[in-house]
Amino acid sequence: MTAFPADSTGRQGQRQISDRAIKWIFITPTLILLILLNIFPLFYSLYLSFTDFSAITKDPPVWVGFANFGKLLNDPQMWKYFATTGRFAFLSVGLQTLIGFGMALILREKFNGSGIVTTLILIPMMLSPVVVGLFWKLIYNPSFGIFNYLLGYTSPVGAPDWLATGNLALWAVVITDVWMWSPFVMLLCLSGLNAIPDYLYEAAAIDRASSWFQFRRITLPQVMPLLLIAVLFRTIEAFKSFDLVMGMTGGGPGDATELVAVNLYRMAFQGQWRTGQASALAYIVLIVIIAISNVYIRNLNKIREG
Amino acid sequence: MSETTNGESVGWQPSAPVNYSTRVDKVGTSARTARGIRIVLAFVLAGVMLIPVFWLGLTSFKSRADAIAVPPKVVNFTPTLEGFVNLLSDRSVLNARRLELMKERTDLTWYEEIALKNGQQITGISQYVGRLRNSVIIAGTSTILAVILGLLAAYSFSRFKVPGESDWLFFILSTRMLPPVVVTIPIFLMYRQLGLHDTHLGLILLYTVFNLSLTVWLLKGFLDEIPREYEEAAMVDGYTRLQAFRKVVLPQAVTGIAATTVFSLIFAWNEYAFALMLTTERARTAPPTIPTILGRGGVEWSAIAAGSLGFLIPVVIVTFVLRRHLLRGVTFGAIRQ
Repeated sequence: MTAFPADSTGRQGQRQISDRAIKWIFITPTLILLILLNIFPLFYSLYLSFTDFSAITKDPPVWVGFANFGKLLNDPQMWKYFATTGRFAFLSVGLQTLIGFGMALILREKFNGSGIVTTLILIPMMLSPVVVGLFWKLIYNPSFGIFNYLLGYTSPVGAPDWLATGNLALWAVVITDVWMWSPFVMLLCLSGLNAIPDYLYEAAAIDRASSWFQFRRITLPQVMPLLLIAVLFRTIEAFKSFDLVMGMTGGGPGDATELVAVNLYRMAFQGQWRTGQASALAYIVLIVIIAISNVYIRNLNKIREG
Repeated sequence: MSETTNGESVGWQPSAPVNYSTRVDKVGTSARTARGIRIVLAFVLAGVMLIPVFWLGLTSFKSRADAIAVPPKVVNFTPTLEGFVNLLSDRSVLNARRLELMKERTDLTWYEEIALKNGQQITGISQYVGRLRNSVIIAGTSTILAVILGLLAAYSFSRFKVPGESDWLFFILSTRMLPPVVVTIPIFLMYRQLGLHDTHLGLILLYTVFNLSLTVWLLKGFLDEIPREYEEAAMVDGYTRLQAFRKVVLPQAVTGIAATTVFSLIFAWNEYAFALMLTTERARTAPPTIPTILGRGGVEWSAIAAGSLGFLIPVVIVTFVLRRHLLRGVTFGAIRQ
């Protein structure tokens, strides 16, 4: 810069231009990648959802209007998968919220080694879901898995076969999901709890407020915004759930753990190759996710204001 | 005990020295007992949470027979590296005569000895090693790209007025909101046309875009925290914008960049769905491979456990290194500690 001294107006102009240039040079590669691999594909699959396209035939896509959507919405099987996904989301997010919040209450006060203990508890959520699903499959194994033994069954005879029994398989997936993601809720709750000013509790203690009253009137409302963010994140993730189920049950036994995302994969890739219909289903899932997020965010704002 | 309770009131200095808690709700024996119970509960909790990981670790050091013993063996087994050897090698079963010949040889390496115990001979390196190499290449390259591109874009978003900024930022995040299959269907068709299906480049590009959502959001948060005045002062002193970026902003953002890099690396390393649907052989990574590790005549749990353990260990280490930034990383910078 010492090379361009003197004429200050020229320098000013140069810098103005170069700021503009830098802005676009910095941002363009990202935008191009986004347009190519994100925005274009989304619109492409929106188009495909109105066609009867199949990725393994050479036939060009034929416009069929809303036929794909109509077929999907009239298919009772599809409603069942959505119901299973909803049940899975409700159970696992509900349990994660309770357990995660509980863990945060236990860990909120610092003690020697609390940092290490907290980090150890956070490990599950950093792991690869498909690998987690796989080693929980080993844990659930009816004969040599450790899960039934920890529950008190001393021999495989008469012990439940978690992943092969219709009613239990979804619970097995829920338990694993709760194991993996309660730490996430805990992490968010901890940051909420740490932000509560001490003087609120002191004032309550001076007024001889019961601990239940303190919890209900101080702790809960203060943590609520973060807790709801955690619930929102987890609900969206639950509707996307794919890896974990693929690692554990692959949708079985029968269709007991066939979540929408798993069925979508089957419809689009495994054997069926109904690309057009799968795209339509993908958009239905997208709409459901957006609707849920909106409901949550509206409630979240209401709580923040109130 | 009095020291620790007293430590909680740091920052508030009473006129007379006290060696008890100044918080009215933290005195008395019941508060102290409650605290003790909490600490015990915290350790129990950590123990329970780690049982599955602990069990995985145990299984990976068991022999094939011990891994499926009924009832499960917790301590009463001889640790062996059989699982790891089976994971990383291809083996063939020896017939009786060749088995005798092999047993007489004295120049066998330790892993050949382990295979020999099961009557097998190592014939080469297993497919898994190549898949693990793919994982390293793809996760590494896409992370570097995502961090560099994300840093530049985040700087632009943070310091300049970009038209349609919030729309772009939303679109950047949308890949994460959708089930992976939704993103994959059109990408799959596109890649097939372009010849990018089952290539390293294809997966690297997709992971880069996928991770840009994380890196742009996280780095924008970190850069927003660096006062603009620093660069402006540097530019008044004669630095160009680029020099100010390199010599003033980057050193300030190092921690943020490091944390972002590692998060992005973990996401790419753990990713399963895209790899499952967009690769078949050449570019397939480890996550879709681990569930398919099968031994002769049945699932070889010790090998699967060994593969899983080896795959998880880097992530566990990183979790410890990153613990101060975890909250930020998992919420895409939405929540800062």
